[in-house]
Amino acid sequence: MLRLSGVHTFYGRIEALRGVDLTVEEGEIVTLIGANGAGKSTLLMTICGNPRARRGEVRFEGHDITQMPTHDIVKLGIAQSPEGRRIFPRMSVIENLKMGAQNFGLAHFDEDLDRIFRLFPILKDRQSQRGGTLSGGQQQMLAIARALMSRPRLLLLDEPSLGLAPLVVKQIFETIREINQRQRVTVLLVEQNAYHALRLAHRGYVLVNGRISMSGSGAELLANPEVRAAYLEGGHV
Amino acid sequence: MEYFTQQLINGLTLGSIYGLIAIGYTMVYGIVGMINFAHGEIYMIGAFIGIITFSLLGAVGITWVPLAILLVLIVSMFFTAVHGWAVERIAYRPLRGSFRLAPLISAIGMSIALQNYVQIIQGAKIKPMQPVVRGNIPLMEANGFQVNISYLQIIIIVLTIALMAIFSLIIARTALGRSQRACEQDRTMASLLGVNVDRTISLTFVMGAALAAVAGVMVTMYYGVIDFFIGFLAGLKAFTAAVLGGIGSLPGAMLGGMLIGLIEAFWSAYFSIEYKDVAVFGILVVVLIFLPTGLLGKPEVEKV
Repeated sequence: MLRLSGVHTFYGRIEALRGVDLTVEEGEIVTLIGANGAGKSTLLMTICGNPRARRGEVRFEGHDITQMPTHDIVKLGIAQSPEGRRIFPRMSVIENLKMGAQNFGLAHFDEDLDRIFRLFPILKDRQSQRGGTLSGGQQQMLAIARALMSRPRLLLLDEPSLGLAPLVVKQIFETIREINQRQRVTVLLVEQNAYHALRLAHRGYVLVNGRISMSGSGAELLANPEVRAAYLEGGHV
Repeated sequence: MEYFTQQLINGLTLGSIYGLIAIGYTMVYGIVGMINFAHGEIYMIGAFIGIITFSLLGAVGITWVPLAILLVLIVSMFFTAVHGWAVERIAYRPLRGSFRLAPLISAIGMSIALQNYVQIIQGAKIKPMQPVVRGNIPLMEANGFQVNISYLQIIIIVLTIALMAIFSLIIARTALGRSQRACEQDRTMASLLGVNVDRTISLTFVMGAALAAVAGVMVTMYYGVIDFFIGFLAGLKAFTAAVLGGIGSLPGAMLGGMLIGLIEAFWSAYFSIEYKDVAVFGILVVVLIFLPTGLLGKPEVEKV
């Protein structure tokens, strides 16, 4: 479904991705783990064309999207809940959700809204509250909900567990599984919380300094001594 | 009291015009974070297109006043919007992502270029126009002083209120308005949600220019004379209005415009007409020092 081959991305002169190869097949949950600054968020943003890959190729369902403008890429069926959540602070919860849907047609809006409110009941109670006044966990749910409003086939999630209480983290991961299984959405998940992510994912990649250093099934990576030493020992919940 | 009421009416008329221009400044500032100093010239071009269209309509024999005004407004809004769009395309879009001062310098250059463009193709002489709408409604009379509101003043004030209401609704309720606010708050996120950011910014310039065109046509009818330099002072005053109301705030621009119009009218009436511009720009200085976010532009406390 998604294939990155030899992708190099730069911020100015700094090379953030140094030749990344990665694939995501339809129906999978794939996770990308790695330390701070390894280039995980850059990779998700490169898929969406901001910044663009300077070398290499990004293909989605047969389309070469490497040079496409961001707003056209997402219309092919890719949605992202980005680093830092990026909720529109001066818009209400409902307006944030409308922003998620309106460029993909508002025909199913009410139906999708019901579905989202079943998934995240707290958002229903807060629907007229401004995005900027929500708590961190609520903002995270809103960011995922907003991404789902476009009915994507590929969902890119950037650290959905960041800064959240353990109970909320569990709930978010549970929701990701539900979205994947019930709604048939393919997920590419970036996480620092490697334990939860690898347990949830079908496959995983480890990113170190802009390069993929390891890949395998979630279980394989969980059992790998190097992964354990670098990302799991003493770190997991 | 009679004198006061008369100045109030004059001030509201003037304020309507400043308000219409100020909306263009504030919307553009909101979405791209720059002051479009060529906006005063856009208003001037609106006035010129208006006066040209009036004489063309006269030549083809369309003299029924309501129809003529409506046609002039439509034609002027359209062609002025084209100018606004072109200015953004030529002078600002190539500089997006460049250092902050670059589009500002480019705006000043654009302003001078547009003045010269009109001066060359229309001449430097003052352009007069016959009054189109005549007549007054006397409101009250006392001590030999009659208070009047002219039909034209009614048209200007009512049209301004209607346009402001329509634009507020567009911004608050429509998909386009939501996209504009989204671009204002987080451009990258807007594009991730499928918003064509460049197109949304273009449309913002187009909307601002269309409102400035209405102001230009109204001024032409109100004063009966225009020249290629009217955009400079009116633009600066409308900019002051936008800052007074709180730059980036749509209701702020409307309120600021009205206040500047009233201040100018009352200052001319009760103090000295020679110093009316000093009064207006004095306000700008005071606001920038003591109330930099303006009357309605208070930044909101946000969780990050």
